[in-house]
Amino acid sequence: MTTETSSIWKKAFSNGLIAGALCLLVILVGLVEAFGDTDVISGMVTLGDIILLIPVIMLTYTSLRGSIEFPKLTMLGISSVIGLISGVIITLLILLGQVVDLRPMFVNASPTLFNMLMRGVPLPLGALVPPLTCILAALLTLGIYLIPSRLRSAVIQGALWVVVLGTLRDQVLIIDILKISPIAFVLKRIVFATSGLRPFGALLVFVIATGLVYYLGGRKKGPAVIKSPKVVKRNRIILIAILAVIVLSLPYVLGIFYSEILNTTGLFIMMGLGLNIVVGFAGLLDLGYVAFYAIGAYTVGVLTSSGLGLFHLTFWQALPIALLVAWLAGIILGLPVLRMRGDYLAIVTLGFGEIVRLLVLSDWLKSFLGGTQGIQSIPPPILGPIKLDTLQNLYYLILIGIGIVAFIAWRLKDSHLGRSWMAVREDEDVAQAMGINLVLTKLLAFSTGALFAGLAGTLGAAKLTSVYPHSMTFIVSINVLVLIIIGGMGSIPGVFVGALVLVGLPGLLSEFQEYRFWFYGLALVGMMLFRPEGLWPEARRKLELHEAEEIIEPPINDATSAVQ
Amino acid sequence: MLKRWRQTVTWTDIVVWAIGVAIGIAIIVGTIRTWQAGQYTAEQWINLTISGLKLGSIYALIALGYTLVYGILRMINFAHSEVFMSGPFTAVFLAKYLDSIGFYNTYPLISLILITLLSAGVSITIALLLERVAYRRLRFAPRLVPLITAIGASFFLQYTFRGFYGNDIETYPNFDFLKGTWTIGSIAIPKTDLLVIVSGFMMMLILYGVVQRTKTGKAMRAVSEDKEVAALMGIDVDRIIVFTFGLGGASAGVAGILYALIYQNVHFYMGFIPGLKAFTAAVLGGIGNVVGAWLGGTLLGLIESLGPNLFLQGLGIPAANQLKDGIAFTILVFILIFRPSGLLGERISKTKA
Repeated sequence: MTTETSSIWKKAFSNGLIAGALCLLVILVGLVEAFGDTDVISGMVTLGDIILLIPVIMLTYTSLRGSIEFPKLTMLGISSVIGLISGVIITLLILLGQVVDLRPMFVNASPTLFNMLMRGVPLPLGALVPPLTCILAALLTLGIYLIPSRLRSAVIQGALWVVVLGTLRDQVLIIDILKISPIAFVLKRIVFATSGLRPFGALLVFVIATGLVYYLGGRKKGPAVIKSPKVVKRNRIILIAILAVIVLSLPYVLGIFYSEILNTTGLFIMMGLGLNIVVGFAGLLDLGYVAFYAIGAYTVGVLTSSGLGLFHLTFWQALPIALLVAWLAGIILGLPVLRMRGDYLAIVTLGFGEIVRLLVLSDWLKSFLGGTQGIQSIPPPILGPIKLDTLQNLYYLILIGIGIVAFIAWRLKDSHLGRSWMAVREDEDVAQAMGINLVLTKLLAFSTGALFAGLAGTLGAAKLTSVYPHSMTFIVSINVLVLIIIGGMGSIPGVFVGALVLVGLPGLLSEFQEYRFWFYGLALVGMMLFRPEGLWPEARRKLELHEAEEIIEPPINDATSAVQ
Repeated sequence: MLKRWRQTVTWTDIVVWAIGVAIGIAIIVGTIRTWQAGQYTAEQWINLTISGLKLGSIYALIALGYTLVYGILRMINFAHSEVFMSGPFTAVFLAKYLDSIGFYNTYPLISLILITLLSAGVSITIALLLERVAYRRLRFAPRLVPLITAIGASFFLQYTFRGFYGNDIETYPNFDFLKGTWTIGSIAIPKTDLLVIVSGFMMMLILYGVVQRTKTGKAMRAVSEDKEVAALMGIDVDRIIVFTFGLGGASAGVAGILYALIYQNVHFYMGFIPGLKAFTAAVLGGIGNVVGAWLGGTLLGLIESLGPNLFLQGLGIPAANQLKDGIAFTILVFILIFRPSGLLGERISKTKA
């Protein structure tokens, strides 16, 4: 018993150290300072504070979850130990920063940052601030952990709403529809301060959100009423109609700022749907996907731009040619590359993406592709009397594109071809034995993905009325990959969720841009470790991932225990 | 005979071979035309060769990390390029500090050893953290999962270091004792280049010795053959994998310092392209093979350095040096298609990946 108890404290101690190390990481990477000016609750809590405390909260929660059968006093002890240790580590950093100037190495370790960490309290006394805040956060976690689960999830979601609304204060207020006077009055006078929420407003949001979630969560548990198929169908039609109205009116409801974000998100959704076929359906990891976007965009650029003056087609004449070229590029790359498996394929496609970028940038092809300057003055598409050059008009064009692509992807998924893709993804050898033509199946996946990216490229060119080689980097490929992984590989709604979270949100928060790829990396690793099936998983894929765990893990455990 | 040939050859093969032959012809034509034009002297060719060799040594050292990890875990440690970046990007601050107190050029050898140790230390730490935090749990996950994790880890590390040390390019101070050249006959080799080439070769020999001659090396080879059987033989598989990551990290850290000696500049994105090329080198030499990595790296360095002048210029391509990265990637694609086993390796890409 005593050894067990001491091991618990040892665990708490080491978790405290980990939390402290993560806090240091977050501080020195610069997140705390970058978000230190973003008020969540005006004058009280900034987003930086919250980010700083996330490691403490997370590790306290994991430690508590492991010690479920221990008395409350032990839990209290564990939480305070974790809070104390992580807080002391932060204080040590501050003290170190007073003795040595850390800035030549760690650019973020400025006096402003230290002041922020001590919440404005000057030194000797200020040294106590980080431990106290960390202990407070740990105890708060304990408190949330102890309340019953239904209320707990409601409280957590209520708190999330406060954070989201507080952070996005400016973004909420520029939504067109909220500018109507009574709503704007309520929002500006009661809920929001000049930055972030008013303390009272925060409380209001928290109570309303918590109450709503609690109420709705409770309702679901009641006995399910069995509805007749007719009613179900009618409800579904109503739901779709409401959704359609919302989606169609979005650019005018939200205003120009949001239209831009929506359009970018839309292009990523289109690429995501394409890559989802390649990676999600067929299991071929393509890291050079942006190449096909580039091919689509450049074909349109070359064929229509008056700046280059090579051809003078209209957008609609160039569109089918661009799609054909992208599709052919998919086949030409696919033919040699698809004979290899797995990770080699990933690297080769990455190489291909780089080759395309280098060619586009080179002086050699400058007279055709514009070199480093790219291609300017691409005429916007004209549809009858309407010139599609405003953000709102383009939104509808992109929406139609997404509609077509999503429809094709959805129909393909359960088709004969779609099933072949999934068979190939799960086991190539077995699929081949079942009579699936591997090369043809993979090639179709590859070229369909290329086609969709090409379409996104043409629309992207129309949106910007120019094509820049510097926007065709590896990072875009990764961006698309991350969004389908976050959403759930192979899942079509997952692509939408992923794009909204990963492209839409960073578009809203300008502070976020700087750390966007940091978060992407974190998200990729985190998702793969803890939830490989994604946020909106596809049923089959989920089964596959967990099946693998169940079957393969036991013998391994045997093997390692044999060694010990 | 012809009939059998017709049955085994598919359209894919024909297209692949056609592309291969076209590139081959382009290279030969380009080379002949460059030779005929004769615009470069022998001395220039020798200089290009030396610069190719030094580049190659760096690729080789990074490639060792890819090769060792691939040999054991059958996974591409995509984040290895960040292991390479982390060392020199951290050690630059020590170098600058030593320079500012005047120690750097008074005791250059001690300084060089200190910054190399720091660089290797940081790289080893990052490599071990990667293994512990990200890869260990995924050792038996479906094959795409660790690869995607590695890509994520790579981005995470890049932007972590960017956050730590800033967006700027940091510059290593010069060593006085490495200035100037060293002459054999009529050939002048810059001292830095000589140091890089020799230490690259030495590192390869040391690692080869570790893998082939020590007990741990034997255990590494056993684990690479079959983890479960190795475990039954009393080998601590986890420890061996950690050791392998450490070894890869160390060679990446040393490679980083050599890179810094040549180019002086380090920044958070410096790992990406060399990492990709080092992977190419590892594949070219035969992945999983230490000597192969060195051979592949050196060859790749040479091709990259000589190639643009040798055959691209002959084809009349302006500013051919812009395309030198393209050459490396083209080699990668074609090696993987025509000889996935590389120059010295076993055939892995189809059977085990």
